[in-house]
Formats: sequence, C-alpha cells, structure tokens
Amino acid sequence: MDNNDIGMWGILIAVIGGAIRVSTPFLFVSLGECLTEKSGRINLGLEGILVMGAMSGYGIAYLTGSPWLGVLVAGLSGCVLGSLHGFICGLPRVNDIATGIGLMLFGTGLAFFLGKPFVQPKAPSLPAIPFGFWSSSPQIKAALQVNVLFLLGIALAFAMHWAFRNTRWGLIVRTVGDSADAALAMGFSVRTVRTLATAAGGFLAGIGGSFLSLYYPGSWNESLSSGQGLMAVALVIFARWRPLYCFGASLLFGGAGALGPALQSVGITSGYYLFNAAPYVLTLGIMIATSSTKHSLAGAPGELGVIRA
Amino acid sequence: MAAPALQVIGMTKRFGAMTALDNVTINFEPGKVHALLGENGAGKSTLVKCLVGFYSANEGQVIYDGREVAIKTPFDAAALGIGMVYQQFTLVPSMTVEENLVLSRGNLPMKIKWSEETKALRAFMARMPFQVPLEKQISSLAAGEKQRLEILKQLYLDRRLIILDEPTSVLTLEEADEALGLIRDMAHRDEISVIIITHKFREVTSFADNVSVLRRGKLVGEGKVAELSPDQMAEMMIGSRQIKTSADKIVHEAGAVRLETIGLTVGDDGGLTAVHGVNLAVKSGEILGIAGVSGNGQRELIECLLGQRPVAGGMVKVKGEPYSMTRREIQKHKIFSLPEEPLRNACVPNMSVAGNMALRSFDQQPLASGPLLHYGALGSMAKRLIAEFRVKTSSPEAPIRTLSGGNVQRAVLARELSAEVDVLIVANPVFGLDFAAVADIHSRIVAARNRGAAVLLVSEDLDELLELADRILVIFEGEFVYETPAANADTSIIGRYMAGHASTPAAVAAPEAVAA
Repeated sequence: MDNNDIGMWGILIAVIGGAIRVSTPFLFVSLGECLTEKSGRINLGLEGILVMGAMSGYGIAYLTGSPWLGVLVAGLSGCVLGSLHGFICGLPRVNDIATGIGLMLFGTGLAFFLGKPFVQPKAPSLPAIPFGFWSSSPQIKAALQVNVLFLLGIALAFAMHWAFRNTRWGLIVRTVGDSADAALAMGFSVRTVRTLATAAGGFLAGIGGSFLSLYYPGSWNESLSSGQGLMAVALVIFARWRPLYCFGASLLFGGAGALGPALQSVGITSGYYLFNAAPYVLTLGIMIATSSTKHSLAGAPGELGVIRA
Repeated sequence: MAAPALQVIGMTKRFGAMTALDNVTINFEPGKVHALLGENGAGKSTLVKCLVGFYSANEGQVIYDGREVAIKTPFDAAALGIGMVYQQFTLVPSMTVEENLVLSRGNLPMKIKWSEETKALRAFMARMPFQVPLEKQISSLAAGEKQRLEILKQLYLDRRLIILDEPTSVLTLEEADEALGLIRDMAHRDEISVIIITHKFREVTSFADNVSVLRRGKLVGEGKVAELSPDQMAEMMIGSRQIKTSADKIVHEAGAVRLETIGLTVGDDGGLTAVHGVNLAVKSGEILGIAGVSGNGQRELIECLLGQRPVAGGMVKVKGEPYSMTRREIQKHKIFSLPEEPLRNACVPNMSVAGNMALRSFDQQPLASGPLLHYGALGSMAKRLIAEFRVKTSSPEAPIRTLSGGNVQRAVLARELSAEVDVLIVANPVFGLDFAAVADIHSRIVAARNRGAAVLLVSEDLDELLELADRILVIFEGEFVYETPAANADTSIIGRYMAGHASTPAAVAAPEAVAA
C-alpha cells in the first residue's frame, strides 16, 4: 500500500479505528441503560452520569497518577448518581422521565462545578494494546490501538447476553422489567431490583464517561460530551434491549462519529460539520426506519414507559 | 402426601375506613373443593390475598393442618404449600414456558443448568394430566393455555392448597370443565385441597363440595353444595335485592341489513393479520353474537368497526353505503357502541361524568349552538341520564374514573342508548360486573334490539350470547367458522368450533352471512 495515496482505504481504516475509539463510551452507557431498562425503568440522566464520570475519573487519575483508579472512581460516582435516581423513582408517584432529566442537568452541573480545577492539568491516559504491530503503515498502527476498556466492554456485552438467560439475577431483572405483577407474585421486591439495576447501570455509564476524559479525546473540559449519554438511550431502543445488539449499534454509531475526522484526515474538509452530524442523522434515520405506527416494539420490556399517575 | 386442612378464624381486614373483610370464620376441609361465592367487592379476593401473604389481616388467626401459622409474605404462604392461580396471569410475557416455570420455583441457583432443568420439566409434564409446550413464549399462548400453565405451575411447586381466582373467566366451557374436573379429581384423591373464588353458580354446583357465601365482607351463609339450591345461594349472595330479569325479546322478523363487512381484513399490534377477510351482516332488529375464545381476532374486529384500528383490506358498509368511521358518518347513521373496558375505550377518565355523557352530542343541538356549549343543557341532560340509568356517582361533576366498573358501564350505556340507535356495537358488556348490573345492561341491549337497532355483540361468555343473540357466529383464528341460530344452538358444537376442532361434526347451518 502506498502511504502517500491512501484514498478510500485510508478513510475506511480511519473509520474503523475511529469506530473502536468512539464506540467505547456508547458501549458502556448503552449496556448500562440496557440493564436499567430491562428492569423496567428509564434513566435519562445517563448524560449527567457520563459527564460526572469523566470529571471524577480524570480528577482522581490526576491526583493519584493511576488512570485505573480513575476508572473505578468514575464508576462509583456513576453508581451513586444511579442509586439516587433509583431511590427517587422508587418513591410513590414519581415519574422516571422527569427525574432523569433533572439528574442529567444535576450531573453535568455538578461535574462542571467540581471539575473547574482539572481543566488545565494533564492526567495520565489509559493504556492501549497495539494490535497493529504487524503493519508498517502508521494509519493501521494508529487505527488498531485498541483500548483495554473496549475489550472489557465486548466481554461485558457477551456476559450480559449470557446472564440474562442463564443466571438467577438475569431472570429476576427480566421478570421485574416485563411484569411487575408477576414479580410481586413471586415475592421479588420490584423496587429493590430496579434500584440495584439503576445503580449498576449508573456504574457502567460512569466508566463510559471516564473513557472520554482518560483516553479519547483524553482530557477534561466542559464540552467533552456531545450527547453520547442521551444517544445511548436511543441506541438501546434500536438494539431492541439486547446486549449484543448494543455492541453492534455502538460500533455503528462510533463509525458514523468517526466519519468527519476520517474525511478531514485525507483532506476532505468541506462539509466537516455536516459529517460530524452523521451520528445524529443516523439516530433519527434509524428511529424512523425501525418504528411503525402499526407494530409495537418487539422485545420492549413490558413495564417500560408506563406512566404512573 | 395428604391434602391439608385450613381454618380461618375471625379474620378482619380494613383499608382505611373501609372494612373489606369483617370477622370471617371459615373451615376449609382437606381434600375438598371449597367455593367462595360472592359478588364483586364482597371480600372473596381480600380473604385469599390474606391467605397468600399479599395482604396481612388486621385481626384473626389462620390454622393450617392443626397449628396456628403467621402468613406475612408470599414466601410464608409458599413455604406452607399454599399457592394461588390468579385471575390476571402472573406469567412473564417475554419469557418461555420453561423459563417461567423455573423462575417460579424461587430458590434458583446462581447459574441455571438448562439441560438438567429441561429434562426435569419434561418428566414433570409427562406426569401431568394436561400439557403446555415448554419452549413456547408466553405472549404466543392462548388464554386457555396460560390458565393451564398457571395451574401446572402450582403443581410443579408442590403446592397442596391451591386457590383458583375466577378460574374460568377466560376459558371456553370445555376447557373450564376439563381443568376444573382434573383439579377436583386430584382433591378427591386427597392430593390437594382447593379453594375456588367465583360468582358463577355453574362452577359451584358442578365442581365444588362446600360453599361459603360472602356479602360486603361478611360471611352470610355456607354449607354443602349438595344440600343447597342455586336459588338459595343466589339469595344469600345478593340479599333481598330485586334482580331485574332480561327484557323479553320480541319475536319479529329482522329487517334490512344495517351493518355489513365485505372481506374485512384487520391487522394486529404485531403487524400480523388478526381478522382474515370476514363477511358479516347485521339486520335491523336482530342481535348477531360473535362467540370465540379471547385472542381470536374479536378485539381487532371491534376496534376496526369503531374506528380505532385501520381497515387493512375489504370494506365496511352501513345501510348500503361505504363507512369509514368518521364522526359525520357516525352521527348520520346513528351508530353507537359499548366497547370492552369502557373506561379506556369510551371515556376520558379525568373528565366529569356529565362531560363524558356529552361526548356523542356536545357538538349538536341542543347542547351547542355554533361554537358555544350550553352548560345548563349539558348538566340537565347528565342529571336526567344519571337518574334514568341509575348511575351511582357523587355528583355529575365527579371524574368518571372515580366510578366503579359497573357504573362506568352504565354511564357509557346511558350516553350510547339515550338517542335513537340504528347500529349498536357491543363487546363484553358485563365483564366483571355483578348480577344486578348484568341484568340491567342485558335488558337495555335487548330493548334497543326490540326498537329496531342492529346489534353486533361480541362476548367471551357463551351463556350471555345464548341469552341475548338471535344468531351466533363463531370466530376462530380470525375467521368465522360456524353459524347457528341462537334458539336451537348446541353448546357442545359451538364449544368445539371455539376450540378450533372444526373437523369433528359437520356444520349444522350454512353461514348465511357470507351470502348477504
């Protein structure tokens, strides 16, 4: 391959590399939301949790010098915010949509407030595995720098897929999400299960946030997230609440997000902002294409979107 | 393993100021089928919910197999071997039969070994008198299969006292007879004790050994079924109130065709076809009944005729003109309806009773002139209808959702039958209502027919159809498979067609609706 004329191949490689980088936060946030929604609750506050995770992860990594400790703390802060959402939604006559929007604003606001001192300093980054070692092409080497969190995310998607069918907790979460009456009749505490699932979902979203600040783009500032937390909610619907589909959907969205920078890297700069809008256009396009006025969504947990008065 | 005995002594349950269960003492004998009979709201469900740990009673004792027990949670009840088959299914719709059974066991291991579970379940199913396919998803099961699965679930869990809550509300007669017969046989073999909650005498007289009658939370009578007549039980159940019998059907020739469908096809929620090109014709002055087990396309058919669901193919005609369910056409042709679940399908729940009663006529004289509403006329109309149809409401301004089921039904009926009616479309009009309300609503439907309305009546209750209809069509998997005049209908043949065993005996009457 001629390094001076990489053309279409270059774009493709850049998109693949970008997909792997950009998809990781989508993957974690969507898996978290998948778990929460499977239990019958919607958490729209994931955007706030994501930003909070990015800030706290970056801050801890900077203060301790350990990016992995940062990831852990990011997850824990997400877990705390998730528990807060879970607790509030468990109260009688609380609407989870409204609470979620409140949490989103609260999480981002809190992160901006606490994160001011970390805008300038440089925290250590997460390590990546150079799967492109076999190639002499710098593009391929760059594209195949795969972060460990991405691999963990894939493993998690498979683990969740397996666990929803093969473990006690998997069945309980699905029961609570699909029929609260059935769950109550079997003696499960709907409120406890949902609160735990929301907390665990928050943990994953927090980790997704730490990826943003600790690997790609790799710094903390207030414009770090561009709505990944919100798009992950759409992504879960599009993935039909299946963890493996979440993985595929994350890659697709990541690839779409990498299109603009990839084109720019080969010199196509006109319409850069238009290409940057690709994930959002894709979101809208997919929602329109997969929805129908006649069919109800197959696979949707039965308790989801029930408006409690 | 012997059937258990259970005594309830002085049980009282209060919800705020309301006493749902008032000092009730009942002795449930081992190896017997014991019926709890009563109208809706009599306290039957409250009593058993206390027994299975859903509620905890304010006062009273429970003696199980000779010793006093405290049942505080469903787990306590399960540990004692008390299991309940609910009226609403408690199966998880997105899971398979197998997953639901394993899940119901409660003490699941962290990791489920599906190969062993499947083997054990197959062995269990083979021992049972009736089966449900293990690999099927719950949402694809018919109501009868779900009911059987609920009973199987209790047996799978080794429950020895089984409580059935209105077990036959969703089954065909034959399915009900089969399921209850099997349960009774198991009781008489001293394997289980059974409590059946019901308001149907037929189930009590055919399957129960003992009966206790509840009214307004109090025990008002009990005894051996063999020693009581249905009349005695009815008197205990409803007290001294007068039951209004159904208005007699005037014998007359049916008139011109008012409502007809030609090759009508309707889709379901999942994008499949629920109603396959059906033809029917309802004439002036007749009630055409549609019988069928729920889930065979009745709901979609009615929703389509009411304009809630698009026509996927074919057409609907009213009085010979194409009908597309617009408000203009509805008012022109005087089409009225009483859909099932009227609070959901025919009311604005938070709007007042008066407002709901005006939904058909608020845009016409005398309630409106031009864009203005006449609140005075609306209020007096509502007062008149509330009195005439005996709607129990605190005031015409109360939100209609605050009314009980029967009174919502009456309020909607008042709206739909207060003017001249040419076509009336009715679906399961008395589902879950008590005696007095049933008789009242039936008589009003028959009265509309006698005045010349064409009535289409869909019901899952065959007795209701036999009582009211002039002709009966049986729907199975979205097609009409049998037609018979109601007067000399053979219920066993209808039941077979409802269950889809169409091939057994030849059809008695040729479907005349097809020719119309």
